This record gives sequence, C-alpha cells and structure tokens, in this order.
Amino acid sequence: MKAPDLFASAGMGPGDRAWTVTDVTRRARQLIESGFTRLWVRGEVTGFKAYRSGHWYFSLRDKQAQVRCVMWRGDNQGHQAPAEGTQVFVEAEPTVWDEKGEFRLTVRELIPTDATGAWQLKFEQARAALERDGLLDPARKRPLPPFPARLAVVTSAEGAALRDIVSVLRRRWPAVEVLLVPARVQGEGAEGDLLQALALVNRLPKVDVVIVGRGGGSREDLWVFNAERVARAVAAQAAPTISAVGHETDVTLTDLVADHRAPTPSAAAEAAVPDRAAVGQAVASLARRLGHGLARRTELGRERLERTGDRLEAAIRGHLDDRANRLARLAAGLDALSPLKVLQRGYAVARDEAGGVMKRMAQFNLGETFLLTVSDGDVRARTLGPFVEAQGNSPQRPRSTQR
Amino acid sequence: MGSFKEELERLEAIVRALEQEDLDLDRALQLFEEGVTRLKAARELLQQSELTVKRVLEAADGTLRTSRTDL
Repeated sequence: MKAPDLFASAGMGPGDRAWTVTDVTRRARQLIESGFTRLWVRGEVTGFKAYRSGHWYFSLRDKQAQVRCVMWRGDNQGHQAPAEGTQVFVEAEPTVWDEKGEFRLTVRELIPTDATGAWQLKFEQARAALERDGLLDPARKRPLPPFPARLAVVTSAEGAALRDIVSVLRRRWPAVEVLLVPARVQGEGAEGDLLQALALVNRLPKVDVVIVGRGGGSREDLWVFNAERVARAVAAQAAPTISAVGHETDVTLTDLVADHRAPTPSAAAEAAVPDRAAVGQAVASLARRLGHGLARRTELGRERLERTGDRLEAAIRGHLDDRANRLARLAAGLDALSPLKVLQRGYAVARDEAGGVMKRMAQFNLGETFLLTVSDGDVRARTLGPFVEAQGNSPQRPRSTQR
Repeated sequence: MGSFKEELERLEAIVRALEQEDLDLDRALQLFEEGVTRLKAARELLQQSELTVKRVLEAADGTLRTSRTDL
C-alpha cells in the first residue's frame, strides 16, 4: 500500500484508506524509537518474571505511572534478579512492542539504587562519558616499549604493591630506573593524591612506562580507580600506561583507559620489562653470529686472495718466459753474427803486428811476419811473396799464404 | 649509547650484513668492530644487577627532586 499519512486519514470512515493495526503500531514504534535515545530511568520493580528462555519481564513504576520492561538474556547475564519492590536504575531504549501494541523499555543495564547501586550507576555514567570522548577506543592503546630505561610507579609508598613490583624488576631487568611517585590509593584523599601524582609523572623527563595501581582489596578499597577524573588523568599520560588494580574480576575505569591491563602489580612489572635471561640468550646468539659472519667473510677473502695470487704468479711467469725466449732468440742471433762462426767454417783472418786486419795484397811485405787467426787461436806466419799461378792453376784471389 | 632496542637492532643489522652481503673485507672488519662495541654495551647493561629506585618529591616551589630509596 501507499505510505500512510497520519493526518490525511484522520476523521475518515472505514474504507480503502484505513490503516492496518500492523501499520499503525509499526509507525508508532518508528516515531518512539527515533524520538528517544538510550536513557537512564529510575523506578520500582514490580511483576518481575524470569522466563525459561532467560529473558526478564517486569514493570517499573513510581507514584503516578508505570512502564513495561524487558531485559533480554544477553543483557541480564551476570545480574542478580531484582526483588519485588526494589528501587533500580535501568539504562533502556523505549520502544513499542508490536504484538501487544504496548509501549515498553528494552533494558540494557539494571542497577539497584542501594549504596553499591549508586556507585555502579556512577561507574556506568563515567564509563559512558569516557566512551563518548573516545578514551575507551581500542585503537588508542599504545604498545609497551620492549626495553624501558625509566619506569614511573604511582602507588602507595608503603603498600605491598610497590614491594612486589620492585622484586619482579630486580629479578627480570635491574637495568631499569624506577621513579616512585607516592600516592594514597584508598580512602579519603586518595583521588586527590592520584591526580597530583599522575600530573607529576607527566612532568618527569624520559619516562618510558607508567605503572599505576595497588594490591588487592575490597571493591570499596579499589573504588578510587573508578573515579572518572583518575581515569582521565591515566588516559592523559604521555608515556604508555599499565594499570595494576589488584582484583581479577572487577574491571575498573583505570583498567579500561590504560594501554595495558595487568591483574596484579607483579604482573604489571612483568609486562613492563623484558626477561634478562631471555635477552641474554638473544645477545649471545647475536655474538655467535657476528663471529661466524666475520669468519665466513674472511675465509671467502682468503680464498679469493689465493686465486688472485695464482693468477698473478702465472702472469708474471708468462711474462718472464716471454723475456727469456726473446733473450734466447737475441742471443742466438748474436751468435750467428759472431766472426767466430765464420772462422769455424774454415776461414782465417790475417792481422799485422798492430792487430789491423790485412785485406789487400799490398799490405803484405816480403819476408815480414803477420798473425793468422783461425777458429781456435792465432799462428805466426811470414810473407814469402805473391802467389804465382803455375801450371794452369789460376786462383782468383790471393790466397792467404802458407805457414 | 642509544637505547637498548636501537643497539640490538643495529647489532642485528650488522650480523645480517656480515652473513648475507658480499662486503669487501675492509667494510666487513669495520662492521665487525662496530658489532663488538655494541655487544659490549649490551652485555654491560645485562650485567647491571642493581636496581635503582628513586622517590620523586615535589618542593613547595614546584621543582622536582629525586632521592634514592632502599626497598
């Protein structure tokens, strides 16, 4: 059908344009759901009934009015069923239950208004305020530094928490410096002390991690860590924070805003620093690898150097060989040119007494002596006269003479 | 000395370079020496056995002081 118009149909008789029950209840539900946001309502529980499905049905009333409520199983888990007539606060979303055409509240949170109830309400309101400001956003959580050098601890100077923290730090990572910023952590004045201490930590230089907390105690003892202002001061820390509020079951607002939540102060100290033994092993392993790395590198170098040396030697040797060969060739050439070689072939050289070579007949005078050099030495000889051709023997050249 | 984290990270990088990279011998020796210096610093820190605990006090004029405490 067409979209209903609330006013167009007013005053009309039955007919085509009449609303169906479904349409009118659905329209009422849409108007109510869009007109309200989630809200806190205070009232007295009446007609409480827990169904087998786990859902709770009851009414809330005051002197003038009452309203039907449902609290689904998923929301009432961990809650104690309220007794008839109990004053409670509920955090609820108003709606219309189509099937019964009934205005009612879908209750998400239910807190009795007795002393704890009032605290709980305050807690929920503070938590909602922190959430609105984005302080509970998981994306805000900062990682803890792996090797902090300076740790600020905000806790009581007299408490067991400080002793536990110090003893764990001494065992695991004594290289850290601990700055204790004392604060009362319960009772009158605790909130003021914590706020002052947390502000002071922000003024300390080079703080790597902040531990804030106390040892175990009753819910009342721990209550200051649910103060909204304390939570905001923790969220405003420059350095990453570890909350250590000694209670495993209750989560405080401080736990919710801290970067890291530890169930006890000892656990906070363990989370804050590394274990010296494990780090020592890692360092020893690095030392070994460093040694091996260099050894391997120098081994490579040595091998390479040897290869280079071999090549160099071969090159030099080759070079030397070349020169030796050349020398030998030169030497052979020189030898071939030597006059001794000519003499060896049977020639002789004539020289005068002064050593001058006698090449022409005119240099030879009758009766004079001269030297005749042959392949293995000199002999003395005398000129007897020109060689005369006899009996048809006609030499072309003057023969060097007889001995 | 830088932070312990930086020391360890640099040491890691040196070891990896020595293990993986084809460095000339001079560079390898240089890295090795640097590694040894950093190892020494790391070991010194690890061998420190006395935990220092200081109490922070704020004077009336707002200045901060610390005093050693025994715990």
